[in-house]
Amino acid sequence: MSLAALLIAAIAPTVLADPAQEARARSLESEIRCVQCENEPIAQSTADIAADMRALVRERIAAGDTDTEIRSFFRQRYGDFVLFRPPFDTRTWALWAAPFLLIGAGLAAVLTGRRRPSAAGAEIAPEEGER
Amino acid sequence: MIAEIGAFAAALALALSFAQGALGIFAATNETRGAAAAATAQAAGFACLVAFACLITLFVQSDFSVASVAANSHVDKPLIYKIAGTWGNHEGSMLLWCLVSAVFGAVLGSTRGGQSFGLWSRAVGVQGWVTAGALIYTLFLSNPFARLDPAPMSGSGLNPLLQDPALAAHPPLLYLGYVGMSVPFSLAIAALLEGRADQSWAKALRPWTLIAWTCLTLGIGLGSYWAYYELGWGGWWFWDPVENASFMPWLVAAALVHSAIVTERRGSLASWTILLAIMGFGLALLGTFLVRSGVLTSVHAFAVDPQRGMAVLVMLSVALGVGFALYAWRAPKLATPSGFAAVSRESMLVWNNFGLAVAAGVVLIGTLYPLLVEAAGGGLISVGPPFFNMTVAPLLAVLFLLLPLGPMLTWRVGDMRSAFLKLAPAAVLAVLTLAIALFNTQWRAAPALGLALGVWLIIGGLIYLWNRLQRGAGRLTAKIALLPLAVWSMSLAHIGAGVLTLGAVAETGFRTERAVELAPGEGVAFAGRRVTLIEVGEIEGPNYAATRANFRVDTTSGAQPLAAERRYFTTSPMPTTEVGILSAIDGDLYVALGERVRDGNGAWGVRLYHNPLAHFIFIGVVMMALGGALSLLAIARRRKAAT
Repeated sequence: MSLAALLIAAIAPTVLADPAQEARARSLESEIRCVQCENEPIAQSTADIAADMRALVRERIAAGDTDTEIRSFFRQRYGDFVLFRPPFDTRTWALWAAPFLLIGAGLAAVLTGRRRPSAAGAEIAPEEGER
Repeated sequence: MIAEIGAFAAALALALSFAQGALGIFAATNETRGAAAAATAQAAGFACLVAFACLITLFVQSDFSVASVAANSHVDKPLIYKIAGTWGNHEGSMLLWCLVSAVFGAVLGSTRGGQSFGLWSRAVGVQGWVTAGALIYTLFLSNPFARLDPAPMSGSGLNPLLQDPALAAHPPLLYLGYVGMSVPFSLAIAALLEGRADQSWAKALRPWTLIAWTCLTLGIGLGSYWAYYELGWGGWWFWDPVENASFMPWLVAAALVHSAIVTERRGSLASWTILLAIMGFGLALLGTFLVRSGVLTSVHAFAVDPQRGMAVLVMLSVALGVGFALYAWRAPKLATPSGFAAVSRESMLVWNNFGLAVAAGVVLIGTLYPLLVEAAGGGLISVGPPFFNMTVAPLLAVLFLLLPLGPMLTWRVGDMRSAFLKLAPAAVLAVLTLAIALFNTQWRAAPALGLALGVWLIIGGLIYLWNRLQRGAGRLTAKIALLPLAVWSMSLAHIGAGVLTLGAVAETGFRTERAVELAPGEGVAFAGRRVTLIEVGEIEGPNYAATRANFRVDTTSGAQPLAAERRYFTTSPMPTTEVGILSAIDGDLYVALGERVRDGNGAWGVRLYHNPLAHFIFIGVVMMALGGALSLLAIARRRKAAT
């Protein structure tokens, strides 16, 4: 890859005039994966393709697309892999449900597992350095 | 010859570990043979030490007839990075894993303390099997001493990004943490075999967990700090699968540190503490598997070289299989001592464990989910920062909301009302922070809540310290000197969590960045400062050439110099960035040098970042690690006083 070209692209992005649009662009760019360097969002990647993808995000925003439209645009072009925020569908409902299931299971375990204090012989070992 | 001595020492260590495992487990009722297990553990530790010393020697001598040296070292590297190169590659790092496991086994064997003989002997035995497993993997699937014929004239060098002091210390610390979790695992298995987990057992378990947690904290912190100053775009945590792999054992170790306190002081939660110890080591092994197998990029990358990954997977299955089977069989038979009220120190620690364990579970599922989908034929998906920020961050926020209440409650039955009253000033300040932050950020709720939470933790921790100082009579200075080390350590770690929260939230929520083109002599106003490019020149490093830009930063209090570099290593096509960081009270000014602008009349691309309170992140991490270290010191002192 050509280093000079990619760094200039990385250094001088088109900045959107509207600060709200610029903020949207920034947050979208941190959610889209660079297809070349993997495990890096396009916001941070210095690869050519990432610069192109950033330009594309800004183009779509300027054209008036919503965030959801832009996400599905990238998804159609590069596949699900490109989105760090996994879509909600038949494959991923279990992922999104997992935190709630874990919390539920944990709550059940805590609430049923605790034993009440018994009146007899509850000895408390002294705290460190406190004897 | 040195390579052969090293390989021999490692093979000897394997034989000794088998003996240690067999003696420790099967002779737990015979004091003479059980004691032999401890002696064997020390011999195995020594053999591993010899093997590792041989490998360091090979790296220092740049003996390119050894495959791992040829692939990962270079004659031009500075000495310190030749040494660090020993563990900067797969084979060497696995030998380090074995070394740490064997040395921990030796230390475990020489510190019986108040444990019953059977329990101690069995723990030494289990640790022997852990070391043996790691050595089998190292010797047969990633032998660091394998020779190359013919030997190349020069090595292929180390990744230049890794030629860095923080990254030289990062892997050993992480491995101390990962492998440190093997000792609580050994103790847990021993307790299950013995059918007993009492207070003296928890007392033996706690320092090992503290060592592991402290090292993991420092190791993860160093890795994060390295990413911050080396990758050149101001980020410090990415929810990258490799980071998650170290974060999961950290969360479980943190939970274990707390549950072991309950078991040690009250005898409660023993079976949960055992389960956590098993899961903690399982996650540490899983971390090694994820990082070492290549499975993370894709299930298909794993299939390219499946042997290593399969071997770690087998070790993981054996450890977890044996652990969970024993747990299901023996844990119900463990004695359950007296309970505790819904409002008590114990119950707060249970909620702490609830939050940390659920968080670890969510990170685990999020990290493995793409692999599961791909394996099930669902194609490639990504689970990245948006998922973890939406799930783990709120969980940790609730946990932190409860945290200051914990130390304020007494054991067994606590008084929530008086705890609330004592913490009122912290709550008031937190609400005030929330209001000010909301007002100044156009009602952005998430970062404002985060800042308020940080203030709540810090002030809450200080109030606890103040309350402890109110106890007893005498002058304040005298009471400060008498305050137990354990109180200091806990307060330091908890306040550190608050400092870290402030830094993380401020950096993530309020970072500003700007890309500019500057010619020498030109300046730009940024974040209340003026940054002027003075000159750009070429310099020569030990094994790289660099473009160095000197800046002057003018603030109201004066001018300061700042330099940023791009380094070109002969061994790598990609340049690395050395950013310039100028820390002030309000945060870091962070300058990354880009390329010369074409037709720009000598102008250079420069990226400027202002990362508010970024230094708080790393100060917080250091405070937490210091808290862990002080707690260890407190335990050591108490042991000494008891003998």
